[in-house]
Amino acid sequence: MTSSGTQRPPSPSAHVTVRNLDMIYDDFVIQRDLNFEIKRGDIFVIMGASGSGKSTLLKHLVGLKEPARGEVLFGTQSLWAAGPDQQERIMRRFGILYQSGALWSSMTLAENVALPLVEFTDLKPADVRDVVSLKIALVGLAGFEDFYPSEISGGMRKRAALARAMALDPEILFFDEPSAGLDPITSRLLDDLILELRDSLGATVAMVTHELASIFAIADNSIFLDTEAKTIIAQGDPKLLRGECTDPKVRTFLRRGELGASADAARS
Amino acid sequence: MAVTGRSAATNGAAARTPQLQFCASDPGALSIVLIGDWRLKRGLPSSDAVARRLDIATKPTTLRFDSRRLGSWDSGLVAFLARVQEIARARQIALDPAGLPDGARRLLRLVSSAPERAGGRHGAMRPGLFTRVGEHSLALWHSAGALLEFIGQALLAFGNLLIRRPHFRRSDLLGIMFECGAAALPIVSLISLLVGLILAFVGAVQLKQFGAQIYVANLVGIATARETGALMTAIIMAGRTGAAFAAQLGTMQVNEEIDALVTFGISPLEFLVLPRMIALVLMMPLLCIYADLMGILGGGVVGFAMLGLSPALYVDQTLHSVTLSDLVLGVAKSAVFGVLVAIAGCLRGMQSGRSASDVGLAATSAVVTSIVFIIVTDGVFAVLTQALGI
Repeated sequence: MTSSGTQRPPSPSAHVTVRNLDMIYDDFVIQRDLNFEIKRGDIFVIMGASGSGKSTLLKHLVGLKEPARGEVLFGTQSLWAAGPDQQERIMRRFGILYQSGALWSSMTLAENVALPLVEFTDLKPADVRDVVSLKIALVGLAGFEDFYPSEISGGMRKRAALARAMALDPEILFFDEPSAGLDPITSRLLDDLILELRDSLGATVAMVTHELASIFAIADNSIFLDTEAKTIIAQGDPKLLRGECTDPKVRTFLRRGELGASADAARS
Repeated sequence: MAVTGRSAATNGAAARTPQLQFCASDPGALSIVLIGDWRLKRGLPSSDAVARRLDIATKPTTLRFDSRRLGSWDSGLVAFLARVQEIARARQIALDPAGLPDGARRLLRLVSSAPERAGGRHGAMRPGLFTRVGEHSLALWHSAGALLEFIGQALLAFGNLLIRRPHFRRSDLLGIMFECGAAALPIVSLISLLVGLILAFVGAVQLKQFGAQIYVANLVGIATARETGALMTAIIMAGRTGAAFAAQLGTMQVNEEIDALVTFGISPLEFLVLPRMIALVLMMPLLCIYADLMGILGGGVVGFAMLGLSPALYVDQTLHSVTLSDLVLGVAKSAVFGVLVAIAGCLRGMQSGRSASDVGLAATSAVVTSIVFIIVTDGVFAVLTQALGI
């Protein structure tokens, strides 16, 4: 069920618009009345405690799970009101990095990245090879093209999965905890890479992450999902939220649980 | 002014085909003029053109780019540029990226700043025939060793049952018993009934020639009790339960669940393998008795419908021909087959690698191993019973 069509159209700068979204598992309400916009070219972070439904929200955004109520608009097209063909076309504009990589284990890294290129472009095999090695080089894995996912480390798998997510130069990249399980240096490199991709290719990035350092380093905008209120309790640039948000939960979260930290320290 | 091509910005505009031109403006410098929209989705000019141009004409010292007529672009352009960079490097020509759009220049720098990891590249060497034969033989030898070790450990764990309380949960055992006992009844019924029917058909055609139709009952009764009942049940269970065991344990291996058991000091052999073995050893004989009855029923249907034998006569003839030792032999064999199916399924599951395709291989290998075990063991039984006159 989608809400009535009398609402005003999404603003032109909005790449993704979420309206009145309810997320319900069986009878259990996870989140309700979610309303937010992801602007074109923004790096948008979905924050919240474990179990607040961040990954579920991501599943609703990318078309894996149908929301109980509400709509998800890409530009002006509704993802869930569209027919299957239309929906598939919208979904092809996404690149998704799953939490554990989700590389296809029976294919080498190069084959993993090449599959979408072979399926959805008219590139010649030699060009596919060039593009694949470019993407793999961009994530710093040059030379590992012929490895199988089981032969490389977890951090490398994650970067390879990023190369696959970027295969078709998607307009929107969705990341589910990109830096989980990575060392601080690799995690920092990943942040830089995300920024670079946004700047040079103009992609919009939406990600679920707990990594405060990377939230403050790269995020332009964010929402905070709360487990008790079951909806968004804060919205905006996390760097500003840290100092200005009045909600104690958000402040505690953004300061790694340090309740008594002074506002001055937060602004530094 | 250079046209900056944000990939999202020009979706609506009619796309122009990407083109490549060369312009030798200054002496010693060659400009590559990029024209049109360079997008992955509509194909790209080949970088070979650049290599050819550099090889035929007098070699320039610098390679420049002119992107004033470049429309929108995406990583397809960067892939092309990366190739050109390689080509230039191979010919020792300097590359001046100043004429490129800002983003493309940065991405190009990112690619070249990430050097290829030493030792990363897989050797393209394919081992020779002898190496491969040798490796396979060694692997076979090792797997035989692993099998013996596994059987030994499993039997030890079995023996420990007598001494102390085993470390598995009773509810697990009951669940597995249901899964490989009662839940298998429909398929066992169908297969056994049809095999009994088929045996009776084959026998009937031959025995009719001598007017000895009544002996169909002997044929079906003895064959089912001694062989087909146990054998068919075992093969069904190998495909049904052996594969399931391998897939379950293999997936647990992938999820590091087995590692978690080991680090808690719980033997996976006792916790996972033992209940599966016990369940199959208990359930297989019961399924076998049931399969025997269904097989004889199948034979009876043919005797009654095709040969005109009365049911009472058929039952009487069966009771006279099938001895208790036939029945016991079949049931005993099925218990042994149960152990084999459990061992093959669990062994392959425990040996499984840590990816989706490895779990598939484990399940396949479990079924193949169990069927080989079953048939070989049945052959040994046939020779032994012959020698012992049972």
